[in-house]
Amino acid sequence: MRKLARLSRFNVASLALGLAFLYLPILILVIYSFNASRLVTVWGGWSLRWYREFFNDGAMIEAAWMSLRVAVASASIATVLGTLAAVALSRGEGFRGRTLFSGMLYAPLVMPEVITGLSLLLLFVALNAERGFWTVTIAHTTLTMCFVAVVVQSRLGSLDRSLEEAAMDLGCNPVRAFLLVTLPLIAPAIVAGWMLAFTLSLDDLVIASFTTGPGSATLPIRIYSEVRLGVKPEINAICTLVIGLIAIVIVIASLASKLSSSQGESAAPL
Amino acid sequence: MSARRIFARPARFAAIAPYLWMALFFLVPFGFVLKISLSQTAIAQPPYEPVFDLTAGWAAIKAAFGALSIDNFKLLVSDDLYVFAYVRSLTVAITATAILLVIGYPIAYGMARLPTRWQAVAMVLVIVPFWTSFLIRIYAWINILQHDGLLNKILLALHLVSQPVVWLSTDSAMYLGIVYSYLPFMILPLYATLAKMEPALEEAAADLGAPPGAVFWLVTFPLSLPGVGAGVLLCFIPIVGEFVIPDLLAGSNSLMIGQTLWLEFFTNKDWPVASAAAIILLVVLLAPLLLYERVQRRQLEER
Repeated sequence: MRKLARLSRFNVASLALGLAFLYLPILILVIYSFNASRLVTVWGGWSLRWYREFFNDGAMIEAAWMSLRVAVASASIATVLGTLAAVALSRGEGFRGRTLFSGMLYAPLVMPEVITGLSLLLLFVALNAERGFWTVTIAHTTLTMCFVAVVVQSRLGSLDRSLEEAAMDLGCNPVRAFLLVTLPLIAPAIVAGWMLAFTLSLDDLVIASFTTGPGSATLPIRIYSEVRLGVKPEINAICTLVIGLIAIVIVIASLASKLSSSQGESAAPL
Repeated sequence: MSARRIFARPARFAAIAPYLWMALFFLVPFGFVLKISLSQTAIAQPPYEPVFDLTAGWAAIKAAFGALSIDNFKLLVSDDLYVFAYVRSLTVAITATAILLVIGYPIAYGMARLPTRWQAVAMVLVIVPFWTSFLIRIYAWINILQHDGLLNKILLALHLVSQPVVWLSTDSAMYLGIVYSYLPFMILPLYATLAKMEPALEEAAADLGAPPGAVFWLVTFPLSLPGVGAGVLLCFIPIVGEFVIPDLLAGSNSLMIGQTLWLEFFTNKDWPVASAAAIILLVVLLAPLLLYERVQRRQLEER
């Protein structure tokens, strides 16, 4: 009797090549950010020169600060709204407009950003809203709450509902049962949702370009306008800092989900 | 009444706030895009003729309807620049999605065959780049692909080429960037269906004498079709409207629709034409969007 090898050499090779493809460019960028030479491609020894340059670049720092504020604010609002949406979708059974509701939540996940950005801008103009911090925050909240909803919803779907029902049989009202039983169980997914929303907001160029106003550029907008002019070592340093920040966020997110869930089933980002 | 139904009632109220938010900030704005796509360009701030002014009464509304024009749409379908841009966007998206499927499938398959412990690790490794900045990952490739970049240096050192090759501002660079950025989106849904598949099915086919190729094409691949569908839609739809990657990596002689929309809006300040371009893009993507919505709903709600 011939059995298929569980893991063939082809499997291992494609995995290794795939991961190398995903990680090598980022690794190279990080290494070059410590390059002392002004010429990006000539190795001049290790140095923190470009990091100093970044911290002395007022406009860049201002943009980074704006991006961080927007990311924290929009991720927080998006987490509340996205969690509510997930609870309604996975526990609310049928309600009027449910199909429209889920459609509005899933469409932005794949909608080209130029469309979302343009339509939000036209709304803000029609409402005569002053463009800047709040318009970008609202725009990012609209996009990222959909990701939060999907992450939390997939966690809610994998929960054993008899736990909630037991709490209610023992005398909890639905709200108490939710707060005391469901919420602690989905907390890791909520944390992961916030982190995902935070990084998506920190990353976004297109929607922010449409919805921001003069004088309030976010970090990706600044990076983009620099990159268009060519590669600059300072940009390597900024990108490395952003990658470092995101790495910290990912570590926290995975620790949070490990701490509170031993039953596995980690929430996929999509 | 069952506990489940009692729980459902307050859960429905949870929908109110996100419902209103999405209606106001996602649905209503499309009305404005449609409205402005039908108005005339004006040199003003905002740069379009207001089409509706509800405060002016019925006569004004009637007059406004008379002033609606489909000129912007006529321009878009008659001007080669835009027609080419739509055709190019679809071609690029189809080609790139096909490449993604061919590259992503073996990786997802390899992941699904790892021991369970390692599967979780591999999954994290695939997700992490998705969390890392999109823009930064494209920028990382510019570092490598530029004229005196790492790739050319390696090729020159190995004597594979005699002088630097132009990589940047080519379609190859753009495809590379797209595949690189969207690979996790292809791998994850494929992996999800492949990991759920019963390995006994493949073993049974092999025991009954099917060669490995037949096992794959007759058993594995057909069973993974839901994952293939999800991955294809997840990549295809956003790639059609992609802006950043073609803008930074491809040449400027032929544009994708996302780029023309951006140009009309930011450079030419022609908001009505940009809006009309967005409406056409939306119409083109409507069928895949609805399909994706159904796939996503089935995946999340019918367990």
